Amino acid sequence: MEKPFLEIKGLHKTYHTRSGDLPVLKGINLSVHKGEIFGIIGFSGAGKSTLARCINRLEEVDQGKIFIDGLDILALSEKELRERRRKLGLIFQTFNLWEAKTVYQNIAFPLQVAGVKKPQIHRKVLETAELVGLSDKLDAFPGGLSGGQKQRVGIARAIVTEPDVLLSDEATSALDPQTTIQILDLLRDINRTTGITILMITHELDAIKYCCNRMAVLEDGVITEQGNVQEIFYNSQSRTGALFAKVFFEMQHAGTMNNGEGI
Amino acid sequence: MSLLDTPIWEVIKGSFAPEIWRDMVTPILDTLYITAVASVIVLILGVLLGILLTATSAEGVFPLKIPYTATGWLINVLRSLPQTIMIILMIPVARLLFGRSYGRDPCIISIAASCIPMFARIVESSLKEISKGKVEAAKSIGCTNFQIVFRAIIPETLPSLIRGFTVAVISIISMTALAGMFGAGGIGDVAVRFGYQRFQHDRLFACVYVLVILVQVIQGTGNLVSTHILRKRNLV
Repeated sequence: MEKPFLEIKGLHKTYHTRSGDLPVLKGINLSVHKGEIFGIIGFSGAGKSTLARCINRLEEVDQGKIFIDGLDILALSEKELRERRRKLGLIFQTFNLWEAKTVYQNIAFPLQVAGVKKPQIHRKVLETAELVGLSDKLDAFPGGLSGGQKQRVGIARAIVTEPDVLLSDEATSALDPQTTIQILDLLRDINRTTGITILMITHELDAIKYCCNRMAVLEDGVITEQGNVQEIFYNSQSRTGALFAKVFFEMQHAGTMNNGEGI
Repeated sequence: MSLLDTPIWEVIKGSFAPEIWRDMVTPILDTLYITAVASVIVLILGVLLGILLTATSAEGVFPLKIPYTATGWLINVLRSLPQTIMIILMIPVARLLFGRSYGRDPCIISIAASCIPMFARIVESSLKEISKGKVEAAKSIGCTNFQIVFRAIIPETLPSLIRGFTVAVISIISMTALAGMFGAGGIGDVAVRFGYQRFQHDRLFACVYVLVILVQVIQGTGNLVSTHILRKRNLV
């Protein structure tokens, strides 16, 4: 078996709140291969976002190890971490674009921060905008864009520095079904053309079915299952199976992406 | 002309007399000068203090408990002093810097000392309006704390900062009037010497017109600029 590109070992994270300690991640073990789109599914409160934020250390980890391409992320100094973050794209459910900057400036900012020269920035921004289909919106401000367009800017901003890992934290959860498909297609395209490893964190089962070969189920701060998407679904243990059934039911109920194929 | 022996409309009519306005030119220029210089000082130091408060707070980009608490405490102390007392307290400081405690330039010290802490709090609350996600996005692309503050937080909250600064400039104007009582010159000085001490209410009215127009212009400009930015960003 090939060596995992992104490896998480025994990750623990506890929030210390006024009303007591709240353990969110209780020993996460995860192996993601280079160039794959790996799905992580879980309900709200399962610790999905915390996991994503731990990987690029927006959240400090209590215990455990995170390796990306053999590099011990938790051992990095502040400066090294900033360097590494440039190769670690993050896209958000709420987009989090900078509204004071145009689309062009949003995409260019990560390159400016990285100290790239101006002509190169210009070339790279145009190229990335073309890739995500925003070439005609470069002078617009995010405030005037639709949700799908905003997420395209978010993706462009995350991949403009040519990262090797893209963390997608509920990237399609705020979008309508049609836009969701478009964004997922875009992520698949980017994965195919650049070979970027994508960690897709979501509560939408269909998003994972659509994009991923392998996945993990995060439940109450623990990875309960990990492996092939089809396999996990058909051979899941009862608790996870129930989780899936519930996810599926909820999606049908909400009338979201489900296309009626039945799983 | 005094309201004591003249009907109010006569005083109002009298307040537009050319000789009154001839005497107003220098005080108006003084007030504008004091306001402009004090505003620049308040802007620079207030923004720096506001950034310090925001960055070092527990939720800030660079949490530092002691500087945060100390700055907050200092600001609260300065803010609890009424403006009159601040002017008196700053007399020795002005004398140290300018060799005298009255006049246009020395009074700027007391105005700044009084308005900086207030503006710092306004800046703090504006900067804290930024959503956590935008800061995280900046962190996630590898920004330094300095870049997060100056290239993400400040541009993002600019419309709110401008509105806050407008409030600060207006309170600087109101304080120039007060400083006029303590020998700072300007419109406040005219209002006190002629309007209060000599019952020349026509001159007092002239002062009122100038102040009203000045405040309107500043508030209007602040609103205009801030709204223009929001419109440009498609946020209104």
